[in-house]
Amino acid sequence: MNDADPLSDSPYAAGLSVRNARLGWDGAELLSGLSFDAPDRAWTCLLGESGVGKSTLLRTLAGLIEPLDGVDIRANGTTNTSNNVAYMAQQDLLLPWLTAADNVALGARLRGETPDSARISDILDRTGMTGRANARPRELSGGERQRIALARTLMENCPIVLMDEPFSALDAITRAQLQQLAFELLGERTVVMVTHDPFEALRLGWHIQVVRKGDNSGAVPFTPPGTPLRDPTDPVLRDSYHAIMAALDTPKTCENRGNTAA
Amino acid sequence: MSAIAKPLIVFLGLLCLWQGAVTVFEIAPFILPGPLAVIEVAIARADTLAEHAGTTLVEILLGLAFGTLLGCASALMMAYFRQARSWLLPVLVVSQAIPVFALAPVLVLWFGYGIAPKIAMATLIIYFPVTAAFYDGLRRTEPGWIDLAQTMGASKAAILRQIRIPAALPAFASGLRVAAAVAPIGAVVGEWVGSSAGLGYYMLLMNGRVQTAAMFAALFVLAIMAVAIYFAIDATLRRLVAWQPEADPAAFS
Repeated sequence: MNDADPLSDSPYAAGLSVRNARLGWDGAELLSGLSFDAPDRAWTCLLGESGVGKSTLLRTLAGLIEPLDGVDIRANGTTNTSNNVAYMAQQDLLLPWLTAADNVALGARLRGETPDSARISDILDRTGMTGRANARPRELSGGERQRIALARTLMENCPIVLMDEPFSALDAITRAQLQQLAFELLGERTVVMVTHDPFEALRLGWHIQVVRKGDNSGAVPFTPPGTPLRDPTDPVLRDSYHAIMAALDTPKTCENRGNTAA
Repeated sequence: MSAIAKPLIVFLGLLCLWQGAVTVFEIAPFILPGPLAVIEVAIARADTLAEHAGTTLVEILLGLAFGTLLGCASALMMAYFRQARSWLLPVLVVSQAIPVFALAPVLVLWFGYGIAPKIAMATLIIYFPVTAAFYDGLRRTEPGWIDLAQTMGASKAAILRQIRIPAALPAFASGLRVAAAVAPIGAVVGEWVGSSAGLGYYMLLMNGRVQTAAMFAALFVLAIMAVAIYFAIDATLRRLVAWQPEADPAAFS
């Protein structure tokens, strides 16, 4: 299988490919046979029900957990994905004792580097949070907290961004605003976003990969017409929506879940 | 204001009840002196009381300092080194089965009649609450924070220092509050077993001479000191974990 083209002239060049992922916890298989490519500098949405192993997959891509076996995960040709990956979770994960600006600089602080203050103020400006730089997380609204989390992700300046339902805890209006903001700010990067919302996937994803319980071999990615940000209520997307829902609804191999037998 | 006024009114009310009971029932002063008699003695012997209170205060504060340092060191070691956990944790739990008060005579035997055995006593008494609470806090770090830090390439030491320790501060604070409340007990028990100074010693001495009012005066000074230490520590801790929402009780030790 060929990987995504490495575009060496771009600082963000890095596609991500997964081959025959087999994932689970404590030897219990959750998901197998999943293969997909996340092309360079595009959003790929992983869509599936709760509990199919989307988050486990994302955490594996982030290098936080080891795959069970047989997984070939490559970022831009190298198997070491963890060094060029930024991770954004459903919870904002802001540290309550740090100010918004210090939270944005968390990566540098943790690595013992001096945070680039010009870059911090630039990113706070782009996320519309300049006025809240010195606020503590508990003084911020849910939307503002997720903006700071987005700013922290941007601050890491990684070519690959993994997002695990980052907008699902927000109200509809704030969610739409943040989807747009994230899409504008992360447009130059390879983004893999986990979601359970077909409309979110249709709005943001160049490609949509449906993830099902158990065996995923032969699962095909969808490429909806048009380019993100799409309007998910556009009639053009109706066929894609039905195709995605049909793929999500395919009979599941529930019996295999929890068994160690592959 | 009313937060201070309310308990003060209750306290003064209790004093009035006490004085009333002593007057009405004509209780012998060597059994139960009234609060007025106690205050009288306290003023008359202010110098003596202050001297003994000073000794006890030093014992309590040094005991708190050593106990907190030892407790923090143990908790950090157990949180950072998996090996230390399996070695230390059972010892820590078993050590709590030994009544520390029973050790007081041995401590006096080893360290003499000075302040050393009292400090050791206070240290031993507060070591466990501090260790247990702090270790518990270190163990309960939000896993998402650690995941995030790992994707950012943070070292284990950086995660401990910048995430796990600050996150454990509210739990540590509850442990230290318990410690602040029990440290005076350690010091006084140490004094009872054998000493020539301190409020505990003075109370025993006055008890033996049936100067009950003086004994109560010493008890009052001890209580005021203990409360002052508790509130000073509580205020400091509140400032330290000011970022923590009030509604979220960290007391799970």
